[in-house]
Amino acid sequence: MAEEYNHELLCVLSGFGGQGLLFAGKVMANCGLIDGRQVSWMPSYGPEMRGGTANCSVSLSDDAIGTPFITKPTALIAMNQPSVEKFAAAVQPGGTIVVDTTLAMNGTDDVELADDVTVIALKATEIAEEAGLKGLANIICLGKLWAQTHFCTREVAEAAIAKCVPPKRQHLLEPNLRAFALGADE
Amino acid sequence: MKGNEVLAEAAMRAGCRFFFGYPITPQTELAAYMAKKLPLIGGTFLQAESEIAAINMVYGAAAAGARVMTSSSSPGVSLKGEGVSYMAGADCPGVIVNVERGGPGLGGIQPSQSDYFQATRALGHGDFYMPVFAPSTVQEMADLIYDAFDLADEYRTPTMILADGMIGQMMEPVLLPPERDPKSLPAKPWATSGHAGKREHNVINSLYLSPEKLEETNFERFERYAQIQEKHQRQELMDCDDANIVVVAFGAASRVARTAVREARAQGIKCGLLRPITLWPFPTKAVDQVIEGGATKFLSVELNMGQMVQDVKLAVNGRASVDFYGRTGGVLPTPEEVLEAIQTVAAGEPVKQSAQPGAVGSLLPHPQHRKSTYERGE
Amino acid sequence: MAKPNKAPVTLPDYQQERIGSQIAEGETIVSARPHALTDAIFNYCPGCTHGIVNRLVAECIDELGIEGKTVGIAPVGCSVMMYDFMNCDMIEAAHGRAPAVATGVKRVHPENVVFAYQGDGDLASIGTAETVHAATRGEKITVIFINNAIYGMTGGQMAPTSLPNQVTQTSPYGRDVSKVGYPVRIAEMVSTLDGVAYVERVTCDSRAHIMQAKKAIKKAFQNQIDGVGYSLVEVVSTCPTNWGMSPLDAFQWLRDNMLPYYPLGVYKDVVADGFANAAEAALDRAKDCPIAQQGKEA
Repeated sequence: MAEEYNHELLCVLSGFGGQGLLFAGKVMANCGLIDGRQVSWMPSYGPEMRGGTANCSVSLSDDAIGTPFITKPTALIAMNQPSVEKFAAAVQPGGTIVVDTTLAMNGTDDVELADDVTVIALKATEIAEEAGLKGLANIICLGKLWAQTHFCTREVAEAAIAKCVPPKRQHLLEPNLRAFALGADE
Repeated sequence: MKGNEVLAEAAMRAGCRFFFGYPITPQTELAAYMAKKLPLIGGTFLQAESEIAAINMVYGAAAAGARVMTSSSSPGVSLKGEGVSYMAGADCPGVIVNVERGGPGLGGIQPSQSDYFQATRALGHGDFYMPVFAPSTVQEMADLIYDAFDLADEYRTPTMILADGMIGQMMEPVLLPPERDPKSLPAKPWATSGHAGKREHNVINSLYLSPEKLEETNFERFERYAQIQEKHQRQELMDCDDANIVVVAFGAASRVARTAVREARAQGIKCGLLRPITLWPFPTKAVDQVIEGGATKFLSVELNMGQMVQDVKLAVNGRASVDFYGRTGGVLPTPEEVLEAIQTVAAGEPVKQSAQPGAVGSLLPHPQHRKSTYERGE
Repeated sequence: MAKPNKAPVTLPDYQQERIGSQIAEGETIVSARPHALTDAIFNYCPGCTHGIVNRLVAECIDELGIEGKTVGIAPVGCSVMMYDFMNCDMIEAAHGRAPAVATGVKRVHPENVVFAYQGDGDLASIGTAETVHAATRGEKITVIFINNAIYGMTGGQMAPTSLPNQVTQTSPYGRDVSKVGYPVRIAEMVSTLDGVAYVERVTCDSRAHIMQAKKAIKKAFQNQIDGVGYSLVEVVSTCPTNWGMSPLDAFQWLRDNMLPYYPLGVYKDVVADGFANAAEAALDRAKDCPIAQQGKEA
């Protein structure tokens, strides 16, 4: 499949705190940075530092970005049921939803979606654990979304992952890349 | 980098080596960044026992001639009011950052612009103004704090960065301004740093028991304010050349408004965006310019109950209609809501506030609604 | 009647410029206005000890030769105009905030000698937090605390240091400790803080006490110059005007009532205790606390 360039990506990444969605969002934002595009990364913030719903909005665009809070996403990564309920219905026609059905067991069944929305349901958390990549379901989901939307080239995505893994945790780079590949290729 | 971290980094690059503050959400990243970086470049980060102590440490450091700043969020900024008034009265430069949250009282921690009055009218007691910069992008966080330090020193006044939780928390690409050696900054011969036997002793003071002397001092200060109003109004105009509807919005609200204005343009509505970058001085010249260009309707979009409407109306001075749309308490309007408000203005109808029935959002700009509220109350 | 001075006094260098030309051959100087004081006339009431203490501060600055690097912080209270009286650089602070302002100056210019001069309302009421925290941070500043048990400038209201049963404008039936509590004993309180190097309580009711007060103030400045730590000198003072007494009666009332409640003496002196500075003393005090000892060797 030819790697086409998707010109505007408005993505919401949402799940429980600790599932790594803010990190996945940073990887996505860095893809835009490396490509020299307009980028914004906007987290939810507040007292729910652990366990509560955590989400972030990532916009990649070739034009100046208006509101960084995305109300009509073109893409959604949802890793728990409340996230599906909160954001899935707002995904624009033609958009993409990646849902981790390990925790969001009902997937998008209970939500009325816009026309022509692609839903990719996978048990990402389970897959990650089986592959010895515990805690990297976020990156598997990111790989899936990338495979569907091609928001950048594969090289850029891998470079962004390398950029986001902190120098002190270089041993995590290889597992992250493997998780991305697992999402992107399978 | 997050907006708050960019503020901190750019402040250091502007030559700021002293930070005094007290923890409060949502500006904590700024203080944390300063705590980590300032000691490495020979600066001082000090967590004060209170906001009041912090601003008074700023006052002392400013009196001693340093580039100095503090940062806080709305409730903490109220406490700083005292020190800011003293700084203004004693002509001490310094930068105060307010990463606003919802209010009044403890309010909330979500983005808000409800400290507009406090920032542009009276952060403390007494006859004074303070230049206020309102960044709307992470890039502007860097650029404006740099300018805020320069302007503060040039006019010997405290200046403020009025940001909000959204700009503070978000990450965007940023080109950082160049590093500046504090030693290369213009000297401050008025500073109290010891006369070393080489000059008369300096006094930093805001007390004048003679009313005539105090009046004279205030007159002199207001001459400086007039110069600032003349030379330092700043704004961005987008799509205003042929606009007959002009949306006025700053900071986070302007980001939402930008999306809405683009959408309205796509629908054929001749509308533009006037984004004040300085809130004081308010960009009145730009308002003149868009009115001369044919604007007949203004729509102020804010994250509060319409505090900026007063400044828009003063600048418009009866030459065009002024409407308002806003959300408060930390709620951000969606671009769709703002678009609807623009469409309503285009259709010549009064703008309804907020989604909730019976919302009081229309109290400020529409006297007729206010009347009905009073009637209900009686 | 003062006895004529026996030994001729040589004019110190710092006085040569000011009054040297006025001295005729064979004349000696027995007393002169300190250089660190301006020519402005004090506006303090008769019998008030502010004038004495202002002068003592100025004499100490002269004798230590530090006027050129001294920055003073004036308070809000009767000594609010101190910036007019001192020849060193001065800053007028908001009520109670002098220690915070002093912190700002000292952090910018550690080589400066920074002092805060504060009254009891300023230091022990509205500025208690700033006082306690500057002290516990071990800010290397000098604090002169004038305790006269009343708010002077505003016309005689109850102060945090007003004595039990003392009648003031806002305690017209006497300070009722069952309702408004007890006076704050600053020297005692501040001396418990680890950042503090030196605390002494003095007074100015006699020549001997004035000389002792000067010694204490000078030591508080010297400590700062030597980097020993935070120093505070509490001066038990008078306010004849608001106490409603003649100056002499006021001094007698001070001896009868103030001094028994606020005993004079040294409350903390880490150098006299054999430590190099406040930090060393603090380490020793916490010698049984392992985490407090970390980095001791370094």
